[in-house]
Amino acid sequence: MDSSHQHNYKLNKTEKKFLRKQIKAKHTLLRHEGIETVSYATQNLVVANGGLGNGVSRRQLLPVLEKCGLVEALLMPPNKPYSFARYNTTEESKRAYVTLNGKEIVDDLGQKIILYLNFVEKAQWKEMGPQALPPGLMVIEEIISSEDEKMLLESVDWTEDTDNQNFQKSLKHRRVKHFGYEFHYGSNNVDKDKPLPGGLPDICNSILEKWLKEGYIKHKPDQLTVNQYEPGHGIPAHIDTHSAFEDEIISLSLGSEIVMDFKHPDGVTVPVMLPRRSLLVMTGESRYLWTHGITPRKFDTVQASEAHKSGIITSNLGDLTLNKRGIRTSFTFRKVRQTPCNCSYPLVCDSQRKESPPSFPENDKEASQLEQEHVHQVYEEIARHFSSTRHSPWPLIVEFLEALPSGSIVADIGCGNGKYLGINKELYMMGCDRSQNLVDICREKHFQAFVCDALAVPVRSGSCDACISIAVIHHFATVERRVAALQELVRLLRPGGKALVYVWAMEQEYKKQKSKYLRGNRISQEKKEEINSDASVQGLHVEQMPDMGTQDSVSSVPSINDSQEGGCDSRKVTNSKLPVHTNRTTFHSQDVLVPWHLRGNPNKDKPVEPLGPVGSHDPSPVFHRYYHVFREGELEAACQTLSNVSILQSYYDQGNWCVILQKI
Amino acid sequence: MKLLTHNLLSSHVRGVGPRGFPLRLQATEVRINPVEFNPEFVARMIPKVEWAALLEAADTLHLVEVPKEPIQGYEHDENFLRKMHHVLLEVDVLEGTLQCPESGRLFPISRGIPNMLLSDEETES
Repeated sequence: MDSSHQHNYKLNKTEKKFLRKQIKAKHTLLRHEGIETVSYATQNLVVANGGLGNGVSRRQLLPVLEKCGLVEALLMPPNKPYSFARYNTTEESKRAYVTLNGKEIVDDLGQKIILYLNFVEKAQWKEMGPQALPPGLMVIEEIISSEDEKMLLESVDWTEDTDNQNFQKSLKHRRVKHFGYEFHYGSNNVDKDKPLPGGLPDICNSILEKWLKEGYIKHKPDQLTVNQYEPGHGIPAHIDTHSAFEDEIISLSLGSEIVMDFKHPDGVTVPVMLPRRSLLVMTGESRYLWTHGITPRKFDTVQASEAHKSGIITSNLGDLTLNKRGIRTSFTFRKVRQTPCNCSYPLVCDSQRKESPPSFPENDKEASQLEQEHVHQVYEEIARHFSSTRHSPWPLIVEFLEALPSGSIVADIGCGNGKYLGINKELYMMGCDRSQNLVDICREKHFQAFVCDALAVPVRSGSCDACISIAVIHHFATVERRVAALQELVRLLRPGGKALVYVWAMEQEYKKQKSKYLRGNRISQEKKEEINSDASVQGLHVEQMPDMGTQDSVSSVPSINDSQEGGCDSRKVTNSKLPVHTNRTTFHSQDVLVPWHLRGNPNKDKPVEPLGPVGSHDPSPVFHRYYHVFREGELEAACQTLSNVSILQSYYDQGNWCVILQKI
Repeated sequence: MKLLTHNLLSSHVRGVGPRGFPLRLQATEVRINPVEFNPEFVARMIPKVEWAALLEAADTLHLVEVPKEPIQGYEHDENFLRKMHHVLLEVDVLEGTLQCPESGRLFPISRGIPNMLLSDEETES
């Protein structure tokens, strides 16, 4: 179907090559950008490789396109290696399609680029969110004269020795120098007790005084960082450490303009033009909540119209072009903070995180956020280490899988590292997990696995002969979400199909028998301090216990309401902080954060450390996973609210409450 | 992703329900992974397969002809079972996309792993 109507004569070798590349471009657009091309002619074309992200500017591309006809619109999305062209008529777009496919043009850097064109239904591009600066952000143009700019630039001597008192470093993507206090990139903080001798340069002091007097800034900074960016340099997106600096952070752009990207945690990105000799002032939300950074590249996407100077690069794609970067030197002034930060953005505040663990969720949204931060992100970070501690399958789960009829289709919802996926070769097993890193591990073992959420499993209803959910439901933060996850499990089952569910128990001692989890404590005290805690830690050195629990009478279990309003004390204390559980001890609360001590960090990236001190040099970072541990009878009560299911069996197994459900 | 897995997957975008099946498969990289042939196992899979969806998927991958429906007495037809063994269990889609037939939502397949995660807005009821 691929454009064969254009090429019904015999193709020569080059033409074949172009056709192949054109088809490849078409697939890439669909796969990476969701742009669907069509096989029939329309007025609109997507021009692969002809984009701002490829170093092709409007100035270069438009004349090429116009040779084939009247171009009504040329949309050039920022940072994308393609653009959209709309011709006046289909005749003209067909002409472009035929003559420009495989055409070579030269980009702004002098490199050769070959264009590949495909038809699309519409030449359109989604708007990029709000057209407003981040709250608290200001750009003041022409704040200093060219003479002062020259003086400031000359005041920085990049040739000085590195052992100079004003610390100078050549970072990977820029040169940097500190005055007043040294900024430590390891801890992202300053040593407040060790000001650098000399303070800020005199010339800066007088300029700062002037800005204070004129009201551009409210506080006199005492720390200066000078950065020099050559074209192609950048700085990763970051928020200046809250505990290190006061609210107001200002940055003077010298030598050349640059586009700085501001990003809200929700994903909205606002590119802001910082003209030469302008002052960027970040306060409030823009300083505390938004990240800012400079993408390392040699060109910026900027407004084409001359009138537009500072501020947002709009999403008016008819007015974007490329701007070659020059050498920019920034003077960033900050005031070192002497007291802990008390901003209104505790989620991103290192001062407030330390002492305040997350609260018990009060609604679905908060529950989802808690799970996101204290379940999903944590597993993503600890995946390799977690997996290395999960090798021995639990005997009763193996027994369940072994007993299934040969040829059963079985889904493991929340499969972790896939330790149950290969137990019984006579089954067709698929695993899924919320954590991409854990699913990657399954795939390395050649198992069928995909990434999804247990509340929305992408498997057709009634297609599974059996399901297992091992140590998953206890990670949902409200009773409604736990029930929804169980109902989703049942949805997958065919009538008669069975599901096995394991959740961690509040009762780690049952019928006078301590669970292995507790007994692990004794062992760890005797041996080395092994604190990889989890319901599912199954040390090989621990002997399997014969106590496999009891077949509880289903009818006698309390209802969900009972267990909520009755015995469960943690539920009464709403809006309370979640307690942090001490590994290998009895639970004192049903909703807890369980620490995970990461060993042998295989991930070079700095891990997110939700509760630990930011910038500490602890070689074993601690992560906190949220758990709702179940009381006796609670799992059965939750299952009783499900439709189309009966409880075949329920039991206690090594600190876990377990049920086997059957779909009616 | 094996084609048997594809046959079990369904779009779960809010509100699409059973119309989310089958997911439209586009593959840019496919590998054949030899799997030991187990005729009884394959025979047990046949009645669980949604045949039209399998035909469509096999067609997009230009696989050897899959019969329009399971032939009679397939349990003992080794030729048929071998063919189905290959299609269902040995063909492995490494790179490509799955598309919800109802909403058009695309899900990437990368290194053999479909990523079926939805945003909160897509799952809210």
